[in-house]
Amino acid sequence: MSAPKYWREIPQRYRFEAAKCKKCGKVSFPPRIVCPECRSREFENTRINDKGTVETYTVIRVAPTQFTDEAPYPVAIVDVGDGVRVLCQVADCGPEEIKIGMSVRLEFRKVQQEGHGGIINYGYKCVPE
Amino acid sequence: MRDVAVIGVGMNKWGELWETSLRDLIAQSALMALDDAGIEEVEAMYIGCMSSGLFTDQEHLGSMGPDYSGICPVPGTRVESACASGGAAFRSAYMHVASGMADIVMAAGVEKMTDVDGGGATFALATAADQEYEVYNGVTFPGLYAMMANHHMKKYGTTRDQLAQVSVKNHYNGAKNSLAQFRMEVSLDQVKNAVMVSDPLTLLDCSPITDGSAAVILCSMDKAKSLTKKRLVKVIGSGHASDTIQLAQREDLSSLKSTAIAAKQALDMAGRKINDINFAEVHDCFSIAEIMVIEALGIAAQGKGGPATADGTTAMTGKFPVNVSGGLKSKGHPVGATGVAQIVELTKQIRGEADKDRQLKKADIGLAQNMGGSGASSVVHILEGM
Repeated sequence: MSAPKYWREIPQRYRFEAAKCKKCGKVSFPPRIVCPECRSREFENTRINDKGTVETYTVIRVAPTQFTDEAPYPVAIVDVGDGVRVLCQVADCGPEEIKIGMSVRLEFRKVQQEGHGGIINYGYKCVPE
Repeated sequence: MRDVAVIGVGMNKWGELWETSLRDLIAQSALMALDDAGIEEVEAMYIGCMSSGLFTDQEHLGSMGPDYSGICPVPGTRVESACASGGAAFRSAYMHVASGMADIVMAAGVEKMTDVDGGGATFALATAADQEYEVYNGVTFPGLYAMMANHHMKKYGTTRDQLAQVSVKNHYNGAKNSLAQFRMEVSLDQVKNAVMVSDPLTLLDCSPITDGSAAVILCSMDKAKSLTKKRLVKVIGSGHASDTIQLAQREDLSSLKSTAIAAKQALDMAGRKINDINFAEVHDCFSIAEIMVIEALGIAAQGKGGPATADGTTAMTGKFPVNVSGGLKSKGHPVGATGVAQIVELTKQIRGEADKDRQLKKADIGLAQNMGGSGASSVVHILEGM
């Protein structure tokens, strides 16, 4: 992954930065430059909540190449309120423990690594609350 | 807008075609479609293809398509909307003829998927999802549909058996399709006990990796009458819509809005209701997809796609046959070819030219639904025999 491709997502991935529409209040995560609800182009910076509930999930058993060593691992779509949902891995949670409706918290975590000894890519995962 | 008919169709036998290259795949179906129409020339060619670059390192099908089909210098255009590329290519060709810009245009679709290994194919297919916010976090395509399945099961009580029944039905149909990749029946237990890919979806809930192509010839209705003696198959409805590329940002994780909108456009244009349609070919990339698609089309009520599958409504002998070809599950899913192959199937059924033991008795009006990504784009067409 090229440095700029990784670097430009850091505000969202590391700090959960989102864009709140100044006109209708819709929160976009990741940030957008036009509001999908009202088409306003004016936003203020905000942060998404780090607590939420699992709206749906799966357990990835056949994983992409860079995640093969971690399989099986759960992945969830988490509702963090304000109309925002986030897709992420569920850490510190066995494949049998995950349930719809479970309370979770988003945390800063290592997400993947580019090959052996490669650059570590960070981001967020959720953990049971 | 003027009336347009499909006057020629072609599709090669799908599978793992080690001896056939990308260029030959396109040419094989293109030539079959030209022969079927009894013509040698077209005025333009559209080629639906998701990712020839990642699968074979080859882009620029706008040249390679016409070139190896022997129809240079007609203009070629590659159309991409992930797994809906074929449907989008057909719609482009339809608009080209309907607008009056040309009288005869070819829509082809192709994907050569086995020149990369499983990891390479998974990577290429995942590019239909949101790279930075889905794929980055380790989710796969089966994973996205599995999350829809779990949501649907929780919300509507859809069962594991109902999901499996989609694969059982489509393999039963596909076993009778002479061009299908997997011509074998599977049992409910085989589907449920196959290796788990992404809970609750097993390997037999998932469509396969396939090499294949398909092509059709579209012609203005006036000219079609003088060109062919076969039953004319008129395009009476066309719809196309998008939705958020990320599954997480959809209004409802258990319904397919882009398909519902595209279907409404196509039905309104045709001036028909869903119950006027005799049969449908739909995008069953995963078992749960067919259940959600038949709900979005109105073949089953929202939340009732599972029971409608289990009670035989969508079986070959049912009230509303769905995927009599075997669907993506059994026929195969060479991504960019799928949407065009659905039109081939509709045309053959309407003409009465399908394989003998799966030809429907009543097949005058058919619907094709083709879908990209996790439902982020969708194309619907309705064809009627004249």
